[in-house]
Amino acid sequence: MLHKQVIGPEGSLVLLHDINFSVMPGEAVAIVGASGSGKTTLLGLLAGLDTPSQGRVLLDGQDLFALDEDGRARLRGSMIGFVFQTFQLLPSLTALENVMLPLELNERQPTRAVRETARAVLEQVGLGERLYHYPKQLSGGEQQRVAIARAFAAQPKLLLADEPTGNLDQATGERIIDLLFDLNRAQATTLLLVTHDEALSQRCNRRLRLVAGKLVAASADAVYQDTLPSSVKNNS
Amino acid sequence: MRLSTLNLRMLQRDWRAGELRLLLIALVVAVASVTSVGFFTDRIDQALHRQANELLGGDLLIVANHPIPIEHIQAAEQSGLSHTQTISFLSMVLAGERNELADIKAVSAGYPLRGQLRIAERAFAAGNITRAIPMPGTVWLDARLLNQLGLHIGDMIALGEAQFTVAWILVQEPDRSGDFFSIAPRLLMNINDVAKTQLIQVGSRVSYRLQIAGAAQAVKNFRNSVEPQLKPGERLQGIEDARPEVRSALERAQRFLGLAALVSVLLACVAVAGSARRFTLRHLDDCAIMRCLGATQGLIVRGYVGEMLWLGLVASIVGCVIGYLAQTVLADVLGSLVAADLPTPSWRPILPGLLVGMITLLGFAVPPLLALKNVPTLRVLRREIDVAEPRSLRAYALGLVLLAGLMLWQAGDIKLGLYLIAGSLAAIAFLAGVAFGLVRLLNLFRERGGLAWRFGLANIARRAGGSVVQVVALGLGIMALLLLTLVRGDLLASWQDSLPIQAPNRFIINIQPEQVQPLQAFFARHAVTTPDLYPMVRGRLVKINNRPVTPDDYQEEHAARLVEREFNLSWMTDLPSDNRVIEGRWWGSQEQRQEGFSVEEGIATTLGLKLGDTLSYSIGGTELRGTITSLRKVDWDTFRVNFFVIATPKLLRDYPTSYITSFYLPEDQLELLNSLVQTFPNLTIIDVAAIMTQVRHIIERVSLAVEYVFLFTVLAGLLVLYAAIQATQDERMHEGALLRMLGASRRQLLRGLSAEFVSLGLLAGLVAALAASLLAYILAKQVLHLAYALNPWLWLAGMLAGVVAVMLVGALGLRPILNHPPLQTLRRI
Repeated sequence: MLHKQVIGPEGSLVLLHDINFSVMPGEAVAIVGASGSGKTTLLGLLAGLDTPSQGRVLLDGQDLFALDEDGRARLRGSMIGFVFQTFQLLPSLTALENVMLPLELNERQPTRAVRETARAVLEQVGLGERLYHYPKQLSGGEQQRVAIARAFAAQPKLLLADEPTGNLDQATGERIIDLLFDLNRAQATTLLLVTHDEALSQRCNRRLRLVAGKLVAASADAVYQDTLPSSVKNNS
Repeated sequence: MRLSTLNLRMLQRDWRAGELRLLLIALVVAVASVTSVGFFTDRIDQALHRQANELLGGDLLIVANHPIPIEHIQAAEQSGLSHTQTISFLSMVLAGERNELADIKAVSAGYPLRGQLRIAERAFAAGNITRAIPMPGTVWLDARLLNQLGLHIGDMIALGEAQFTVAWILVQEPDRSGDFFSIAPRLLMNINDVAKTQLIQVGSRVSYRLQIAGAAQAVKNFRNSVEPQLKPGERLQGIEDARPEVRSALERAQRFLGLAALVSVLLACVAVAGSARRFTLRHLDDCAIMRCLGATQGLIVRGYVGEMLWLGLVASIVGCVIGYLAQTVLADVLGSLVAADLPTPSWRPILPGLLVGMITLLGFAVPPLLALKNVPTLRVLRREIDVAEPRSLRAYALGLVLLAGLMLWQAGDIKLGLYLIAGSLAAIAFLAGVAFGLVRLLNLFRERGGLAWRFGLANIARRAGGSVVQVVALGLGIMALLLLTLVRGDLLASWQDSLPIQAPNRFIINIQPEQVQPLQAFFARHAVTTPDLYPMVRGRLVKINNRPVTPDDYQEEHAARLVEREFNLSWMTDLPSDNRVIEGRWWGSQEQRQEGFSVEEGIATTLGLKLGDTLSYSIGGTELRGTITSLRKVDWDTFRVNFFVIATPKLLRDYPTSYITSFYLPEDQLELLNSLVQTFPNLTIIDVAAIMTQVRHIIERVSLAVEYVFLFTVLAGLLVLYAAIQATQDERMHEGALLRMLGASRRQLLRGLSAEFVSLGLLAGLVAALAASLLAYILAKQVLHLAYALNPWLWLAGMLAGVVAVMLVGALGLRPILNHPPLQTLRRI
């Protein structure tokens, strides 16, 4: 059971309690809840960015908190991709350089190969003509596409998306979400999506609802069973 | 709540939050650099002013190039004033096999009228005060001369035709400045012994002084009565103009050191502006809330400006204290060149120090703060609402004007000050241009490097403006140090190399006409190339174009001094080989029987002389006149004897003459000098190499002092760097956290930041080395007319210094970036 509490000015404050769930490879899970329900805290724990007061997080069988900070960073680089509401691109790097970043941090491939991979992914998201543009030269939708390209370039096993369309207009947001799910399906990545948007959450296989730091009945809606990859269906 | 309480409360709170540290340090550096120079020069000033009559040896001095007329002495006695006389000249002192040039001073009873003599039995001991003077037959030597001659008390020396016993070691003499202005060590003797040495002959350069002391009114009356009666070759010297050569040199040093300190102030202002801007940005929300809660714009301004004024006061006081401590180093390095003991500093430099602190604060910290009064209250709901930042140059206009005013005041001369301001602006513009070009160039290489270099270079390129400021600020300090160390050494070595291999290294003066042939025979006997001997007649310029000329006719000090003192005139039939006529014509065999002068071009320019002008000289009471028939260019670097003014043989041949020569003495023939002095005891032999060594020693000491002042500049440059890193701290922490989230280890993060800092350091070093090399080339070619080759060490040293400096400062700002938890970034988004 995952548990997180902090000591505040008025004593102990429980942010998360009795969190216990698993996510199958290839699954798309939405985490929904009101503001202050603990979504960001949970996301932080799942990414190894924060340490729980109690409990474990196993990522592909690896206990995240048995590793030190550098070990968790390396694990993130090799296994997790991130897409944020505010895009979070490095402003001093071009679109190509931003996408190359996770691959270079892994130090597994030579720079030429990294550059080629990044270029290919950017073309896949429709930004083949904008490789050398800086984030400030791109629109919001384009920046989010770069962020998605960055997230998928290293072919992560897990993708964490935090309100990916929060800063976009509806039309652009829908295109972004389509792109996200397309790439997710193509790479069979496991997706954890934090969102307020109920309609968006319906596109996922499962919804986890957080209320006051606690998961309410986590149920896989039967309507979405058919959308699960067969490998997941067979294992569940 | 009272405003002052509010200000102090705000100061306390912001200090605890670490918001004000850099501001304080920058202000302290600015004030400390100015006051360290201020306190040091105050000590020198006091040494000159308060001890002026000691430096004079009396309350008033009559200085003459001939024996003091009896009527002046009688006038002093009639006025009820004490008086004493001294005679000073250079001469060789023989002790066994050794000989040295000494500065001889013969004194009469009662010397000194002001100040004290100290003598000792051992070299370099503190010594005891004495009211006595050397007994006849004895001499007192300073420790340097004693050491050079290898003597002890009781040993004998030969001076001219006479022998003397060394009675005491002279430790302190009131009217002699330190090593700076002394060509040779001191020998003190009794004035009654001068005649028996037979050293004073025709053409000898001797200074006669009558020192007067007494009640102020009596001295004043004496001055008023004597002044109109002074003859040519005589002048009065009072307390207010004691030791003009010392004052003049020290005024220049004061000005230069003060200006060097102002460079630190300039950089400190940049650091203050950067830090204040960051402070403002971090207080926008606070001000929005205060406005929401009822604070007026006026209260906000008074609150923050008041806080800064308190900070400025504290910083200025701390800066003055540090400046007071720092000046002890300057006093150690330079003080002994001027006087044995410098008095403790007064409080006077504190006021300029406080002024500099306040100018820095008001000119560069307050302008960005004023933007806080315009923070809209709506910002509490809509954080994205920005406040218009003050436009750079207009906002800081007052500060820049005040800084320019400081430079003008320090320069002491409007024209010089304006040149300096223009020069500084040009230098900064040049450095900034080069830095900008290099930053752009560096960006082209970013594809070629690995992730760390790419990240580092990308950051430099993105913050191009800030990067240029950092590079220029640090580059200025490094450039100054490179100029003072490596370039100085290069130029001195280049000058040394430019001298002919066997350039004359000894000068002989006071050669009497009857000694010319015997001296030439002496050289021939000892197989030393017989040098040319030149006649020399001393005369004072009294008229130009039949119009009397006095020192007051010239504003420039150098020109006035030329007219005041006597010229060394010579006559020749042939043009010297290292002279070239540039205007007019050298006299042919017919013209030698006419009356003409050939004048050196530099002195002609200084005195405003031209071809065809008539010059009249007074020589021994008679006046001689001639026309300028040619102007010459002289190569002074040959170390051969040369003259500013050469006459036709007809003009000068019949006047009392001594001779001068210069020759090269090989190192393995030094014993020749002993034989020379023994054979011709009246000759004065000047060792050029020893003088050059002394000059080099003085240059080294002065350079050390200036380097010390420029350390403040380097410190200020590092503060600018730190301010820039701090200004981007939030951004860097966010980026660092993002990278950590994407999988970067601390080591990878560190490599990226290091790549940025190393590149900045290399750029600063490159810019500094380039500027130093360029300045060195211009100095060598245009000013000193020397060859100059690029020194690769300049570049290496510059880049190394830049990298070390930036890495040191960068390391201070790195820790929060490396340790910032990525989760906090996740929360922010």
